[in-house]
Amino acid sequence: MATTDMLIDDVDSEAPALSKDLLRFITAGSVDDGKSTLIGRLLHDAQALMEDQIDALARASRRRGQEGLDLSYVTDGLQGEREQGITIDVAYRSFETARRRFIIADTPGHEQYTRNMVTGATNADVAVILVDACKYWLPQSRRHACVADTVGIRHLIVAVNKMDLIGYCQAAFEHIRDEFLDFAARLHFERVVFIPISALQGDMIVDRGANLPWYEGPTLLEALEEAEVPSAAYGSDQAPLRFPVQWVSRPGGPGRAGRRGYMGRIVSGSVAAGDEVVILPSGRVTHVEEIDTYDGVLARAHAPQSVTLHFEDDVDVARGDMIVATTQRPTLVNALEATICWLGSEPMSLRRRRYLIKHGTKTVAAVLSRPSYRLDITTLARDTEAATLVLNDIGRVTVRMQDALPWDPYAVNRATGAFIVIDALTNDTVAAGMIEGPVSDAGVVAS
Amino acid sequence: MKDNTVRKAEEKTVAVCDVSRRPQPAPGFRRKRLTVPDVAAWGTLEALESEAIHVLREVAGEFRNPVLLFSGGKDSVVLTRLAEKAFRPGRFPFALLHIDTGHNFPEVIAFRDRFVAGLGERLIVRSVEDSIRGGRVVLKSPIESRNASQSVTLLDTIAELGIDACIGGARRDEEKARAKERVFSFRDLFGEWDPRNQRPELWNLYNARVHDGQHMRVFPLSNWTELDVWRYIAREELAVPSLYFAHEREIVRRGPVLAPVSDLIRPAHGEASESLSVRFRTVGDMSCTCPVASRATTVGEIIAETAVARISERGATRLDDQASEASMELRKREGYF
Repeated sequence: MATTDMLIDDVDSEAPALSKDLLRFITAGSVDDGKSTLIGRLLHDAQALMEDQIDALARASRRRGQEGLDLSYVTDGLQGEREQGITIDVAYRSFETARRRFIIADTPGHEQYTRNMVTGATNADVAVILVDACKYWLPQSRRHACVADTVGIRHLIVAVNKMDLIGYCQAAFEHIRDEFLDFAARLHFERVVFIPISALQGDMIVDRGANLPWYEGPTLLEALEEAEVPSAAYGSDQAPLRFPVQWVSRPGGPGRAGRRGYMGRIVSGSVAAGDEVVILPSGRVTHVEEIDTYDGVLARAHAPQSVTLHFEDDVDVARGDMIVATTQRPTLVNALEATICWLGSEPMSLRRRRYLIKHGTKTVAAVLSRPSYRLDITTLARDTEAATLVLNDIGRVTVRMQDALPWDPYAVNRATGAFIVIDALTNDTVAAGMIEGPVSDAGVVAS
Repeated sequence: MKDNTVRKAEEKTVAVCDVSRRPQPAPGFRRKRLTVPDVAAWGTLEALESEAIHVLREVAGEFRNPVLLFSGGKDSVVLTRLAEKAFRPGRFPFALLHIDTGHNFPEVIAFRDRFVAGLGERLIVRSVEDSIRGGRVVLKSPIESRNASQSVTLLDTIAELGIDACIGGARRDEEKARAKERVFSFRDLFGEWDPRNQRPELWNLYNARVHDGQHMRVFPLSNWTELDVWRYIAREELAVPSLYFAHEREIVRRGPVLAPVSDLIRPAHGEASESLSVRFRTVGDMSCTCPVASRATTVGEIIAETAVARISERGATRLDDQASEASMELRKREGYF
């Protein structure tokens, strides 16, 4: 038996896998659309399930008197879910193929669908929406598309499931596609891919199967492997620098090792040593002296790298401040127009409750206005009569904050355009917010 | 070797190794010029690393008194390297905490002490033995698994030290219940996890607010897999306990698992022990952690084995998870890691 702690030998043989990129996607479907079966099928056919997990599936299937493998048991985890036969909350699964690494956020489609889906969707690059071919085009699917659109997902895959139950009928598939496109034309998707599938039979998930000869597009896995990772765009040199300060390092001690460093993650653009930058909200201008990491000094760093910045001047910077480029500076305002998804069980309170906004690394007190409209996510109609927002509502409100925040529109940058609303009394996260723009009457504090 | 740890029984104070006399920056900090990484070629490991560093810095920024749960296993070794990446050349803004079951593999405890001495950070140890002596934990038998009993010691320590956040190395790929847990996972006054009432977790905007007595469990490795962990160990050239590499060991075959023979596990009547080349995929309580047959003696060979493994990490390695389909969920609800 070995008595020493062993170190590493050469592991070059594995090197290609290290450069695989990472795609995060969300799956949404209504109850009984077969979403659990779809994910089970995807993982099973992509050989991402282990033998003991398959054995557990077989045991669970047998216990419930089913023959063979019921792939839907792959995703149902918690005891309450098994008892009630539903899926409670977002579940995350990882798998990888030869080309790419994936993280699935699997969200259930029952009545709390908006809350669950928003929770899973904010970090997703792609949304896979499941439609039941037997039911044609349900209001639920419109809601899923609308929620995906609201949180800024621009790439949609519509998987039309249960094709086996309608005899793999091409006309029915095309009917659903056309109806969906009619609806989606009013939203902001850049790419929508339609795939006829049977999760149960395994058609067009990983293998093409023999039942859909008329379909020439990609399988679901191919579509996921080909999808662009939009979050990579934030690291381009054209995007303006945004660096929320998370932590100020004061190691102390003599010389350069003891100087203060500003730690955080670049959420947009890039920064190079020598760059002129602005510290917000103070507006103070300084130069980057050095970009430091544990592994050494960098000449230039891009989003989404986590780094430490050192400045040439002894400036006052604290957690919650944001370091930005001198050009394309964000404005500082203390009232914003925002689209919010209400996720709290109590309705949005216009007066009595104190809310906190967390934006980047800053948390400020805020008051929310009566919604200027509430969005009907099935018809996209705007209800301007709504008195407030309740659980699962999406609407437009004005947010007035105690301190001014530097902001970007959510459509331009998810990281600096997003905020969460926290109930200061219960500490619950009660809403997801997406900044649309400044309030016309509020005035700009500084620029 | 100088023992870097102080057990509660010996001394009441929390302070452990005297770091004030250590030269700054902390040991292990190396510096070399890097070329500019090409963002387009950024891989999964880089993305996961940056995400984890962000999470650790949020913990530092948002909590008064966090700790990092350190067991000496591979996940906590990775977590510690990420903390170095997040906070060097400064010191960690939190101590390390080990909940010692008293049933640890001796190699792991030796590794832990050596590792922490080299790291130059504070390690707090609290032991299940003390909880047993104090009557907080009652075992049915001295050799039964103390895996679940750790929760009692952990929750007592959280109350004793006023801890408001515990950083842990749990990963979503380990188990079904973990797959449904947030990165910032809220625990109520009783240390319980309520899977049905979790806070929505949006973007990377973590809601870290807790009232007195409540706390947060934070899992920076949530999105990592077993393979990611080994690839990171290879990339960072991290040392891990020798148990992870193939070695000859006496085992008894019990169903699908190979139970390691020790003071806690002895061959029953009719069982024969045999010597086999094995390695551990997880290291935990000695009474319930089992190795797998393997000849992998290097990290490269472990990665190769893991990439083609057909059994999940906890599948044939834990006697306690096999008890019922919901074992982990039930333990977690009671305050387990």
